[in-house]
Amino acid sequence: MSEPGRSNLVHISRKRRVKEDKRFVSGTGCYVQDVVPAGTKHVAVLPSPYPRARILSIDLERAVALDGVNAVVTGEELAEHTAPLPQGLNLPNVVWRPLAVGMARYAGEWVVAVAADSVHIAEDALDLIEVEYDPLPAIIDPELAMSEDAPLVHPEHGSNILYSGVFTWGPVAEDFEAADHQLTFRARWGRSSTVPIETFGVLAAWREGTDTLEIWASIQMPKYAEQIAHALRIPLNSVNVHNDVDVGGAYGVKRGIKHTVLAGYLSRKLGAPVRLIEDRLVNLAGGDAHGPDRIFDTEVAFTKEGIITSLKIRAIDDAGAYPGRGPYQLAKPITAITGPYRINSVHYEAISITTNKTGQVPVRGFGQAPTNFMLETAVDKVAMQLGIDRLEVRRRNFIRSDEFPYTIPSGTAYDSGDYHAVLEKLLDLADYDGLIQTRDQRRSEGMLAGVGIATCLEPSGGNTMFEYLMNPAAEITTFMEACQVRVDAQGGITAIMGTSGAGQGHETLVATILGEELEFDPEDIRVIHADSLAGLPTLAPVASRMAIMLGGAAAGAAQKLKDRVMRIAAHNLGIPITGLEYSGGTVFDRADHARKLSWQEICFIAHNQIHKIPEGLEPGLQAIHVFQVPGGGQLPDDQNRVQLYPCFAFQAHIPLIEIDPGTGKVTIVAYFIAHDCGTIINPDIVRGMVIGGVAQGIGVALYEKFAYTPDGQFISGTFADYVLPSVFEIPYVQVTEHCTPSPLTSHGQKGTGEGGYLGAPAAIASAVNDALAPRGLSLHELPMAMADIEELLNGGDSI
Amino acid sequence: MKPRKITLEVNGRVRSATAEPRLTLLDFLRYALNLTGTHMGCEHGVCGACTVMFDGLAVRSCLIYAVQADGHDVTTVEGLCNGDGTPGPIQEAFQDAHGLQCGYCTPGMLISAQALLQSTPDPSDDEIREALGGNLCRCTGYAQIIDAVRLAAVSFQGAGG
Repeated sequence: MSEPGRSNLVHISRKRRVKEDKRFVSGTGCYVQDVVPAGTKHVAVLPSPYPRARILSIDLERAVALDGVNAVVTGEELAEHTAPLPQGLNLPNVVWRPLAVGMARYAGEWVVAVAADSVHIAEDALDLIEVEYDPLPAIIDPELAMSEDAPLVHPEHGSNILYSGVFTWGPVAEDFEAADHQLTFRARWGRSSTVPIETFGVLAAWREGTDTLEIWASIQMPKYAEQIAHALRIPLNSVNVHNDVDVGGAYGVKRGIKHTVLAGYLSRKLGAPVRLIEDRLVNLAGGDAHGPDRIFDTEVAFTKEGIITSLKIRAIDDAGAYPGRGPYQLAKPITAITGPYRINSVHYEAISITTNKTGQVPVRGFGQAPTNFMLETAVDKVAMQLGIDRLEVRRRNFIRSDEFPYTIPSGTAYDSGDYHAVLEKLLDLADYDGLIQTRDQRRSEGMLAGVGIATCLEPSGGNTMFEYLMNPAAEITTFMEACQVRVDAQGGITAIMGTSGAGQGHETLVATILGEELEFDPEDIRVIHADSLAGLPTLAPVASRMAIMLGGAAAGAAQKLKDRVMRIAAHNLGIPITGLEYSGGTVFDRADHARKLSWQEICFIAHNQIHKIPEGLEPGLQAIHVFQVPGGGQLPDDQNRVQLYPCFAFQAHIPLIEIDPGTGKVTIVAYFIAHDCGTIINPDIVRGMVIGGVAQGIGVALYEKFAYTPDGQFISGTFADYVLPSVFEIPYVQVTEHCTPSPLTSHGQKGTGEGGYLGAPAAIASAVNDALAPRGLSLHELPMAMADIEELLNGGDSI
Repeated sequence: MKPRKITLEVNGRVRSATAEPRLTLLDFLRYALNLTGTHMGCEHGVCGACTVMFDGLAVRSCLIYAVQADGHDVTTVEGLCNGDGTPGPIQEAFQDAHGLQCGYCTPGMLISAQALLQSTPDPSDDEIREALGGNLCRCTGYAQIIDAVRLAAVSFQGAGG
């Protein structure tokens, strides 16, 4: 296997076109909306107008009678034939179904579904359905939801608290006792999500002849087929998920299991393909796809030199009416609970609350982004309280490059890093002193101006052991990904992966690594996505894991394949493998390069001449490698200490912003990043991932919020209300790189899909607070909307 | 209302089909003409994923009814390809700069870029931002899209505009 960080890489780290791009620029990608078999029926759903209401009666008669309507389904009917949707925590009395049964728990929850010959007819039919509701008071505020007399979202559960747990790692009490200083603050991460431009969609086709449910979906979720099989009560090998669907953006949130179960049920009922494509209102209001909505109360213990010694964190997260896997977003951040800092001890209290809002879904970073925003706020506050420069406080607290592997109090060992070097590169890139001068110049001209600083660790590679910390029933230690390489009789190389892609460039990743290992042009290597029934073990492109895990699987498969090639060559050349040399597919006698077997000759033998294949070697030329996450597989010790993710990338961000003192409008003037994701596989993909994450993080910080009225109505149902940043809001982000290879991966690579999103909200918040500081103001609630800043500037209280 | 027969020119070809009056141009292109390169993002005119060229101007096809396009000229992302189906100059530039990730907003971006470069072959960065201001991208953070349009402008000029 190639040596990590080696400088003689031919394809890895070199600029090359992204394989997927050609079909996308030509308009020939194949998204789920492009899959419309003959006879497809179309689904529309009727939402509850009330945030909390008993459903007294439903009259379907007129809808059923409409020409072109094929089926009208209520929650009762669906519940008779399907199991509740799987969720993360063990919550038997918090029942999640595609359609409400007896009670609607948020405004926008699906109550009835119609399948019709066209989506227009299905929507017409919705108007003919009469539902009688008994509206009840809703609970919207997560802190009020914890009180004794709050209305219960799920009365059978007996409380609105879905989870409450306390973890203590290290001598917290002693560290607080010994600290020179302490401070406390509250920070709030608003309800937002990564909201792809493509809504969720699914096409389900039950095939009676084969007893299979064929699924095409805009999905990014581990164990999708398993969840479908469970809910529809059919064998897992009756579910076939087609992974050759291009997914129009996912960033964690494309998890439409309720959509799929509904469409799958209808397809079986009707004997026809059934398609459910969210429109934008359904997507925003009723897709059960909101992200973390979190309140942090944090206490920090630190020395007079600014060394942070201990943290006490309480995180309350509002999971909405149906938590799904959402609450685990309180556990994943334990992976890097102290960030890039040498913090000796941590007390962490995590609380997940249910309210009458749409349900929660995993979002890019799986809870790490809110946690990082809180951590970086803490560091800035320490600096401000002591009057020490924010950069200097970070330098003093960073883990040093000679301390790796470094084990944090919660038990995870960080693999490698050089945080000081990355920070220095960032200061050079940003011309930090010049930037401060520019800020001060703008201040002298009457603007509010601020320079932000934030760093973040990006845990990458995955591992689900954080789930066990919240739910010991989840004793899942396997976290794998696989790749198969096949070489045909002409010598053509085809790689098979087991999941779909959503713009991450997996085909390019696999082709580049195979090209490097087998010494072929990645351009000539085909990469396909197997259906789930024909496919490979996979846990989907989550957890910033594919460069590490799919990359590792591809590298492993290449090694196994190469071993077969060498054995065939050794057998036919009559030379031991140790006497052979592999170069570009041809195998040479080291001592005499005239003696050789070409790639084509070897492939011909493998496929056609078993008499020339060494005994014990099967014919054909293919290899599968299943890669398990490095360092995983362990259960926590009795102190709840456990190795979580294996690899840790690092980013540092510096934005310069201005705030119009009259309107509160924030303009981002410049934005700089230095980052270290180990060995970069494809520079363009990495740059896009980093900057794209920043843009979403800017949205979180300044614009995006799923807003509810106090009585529970959803008021962010369009892109005019839920504001995604456009090219006007996002500056041209400048990026520089550093490379500390991971010792745990095939080529030293780490993940890079999440860091931009983890760092940017903290960085923008830091910049806004730097701009507000001369006025003696501060703001720690995201999004920092223009109106909030204006109100603060004109006499409001600091939040 | 009854479907109406409409005739329009799409990507240089005259196409006739029937359309319900409530059918959007977006759905007509996708499902009547099978031009699936144009994408649905919001259906309320904000995201720009459905942008097509309509008589030479970049417009949102989710805000036009198909019957309103009767007699007009429409170009979709498929129409930006060369005659042999290979990617055209803007499409090449987007590949070279990796001005995309998931590809979903890309057709709209390409059409807006084409409209810009037809009228402004040597655009400033501000002009590029203005032209792309109605197209949301959730993946890239826009930097590589701006790079791609700059690169496309160079190749446009090289090709004589």
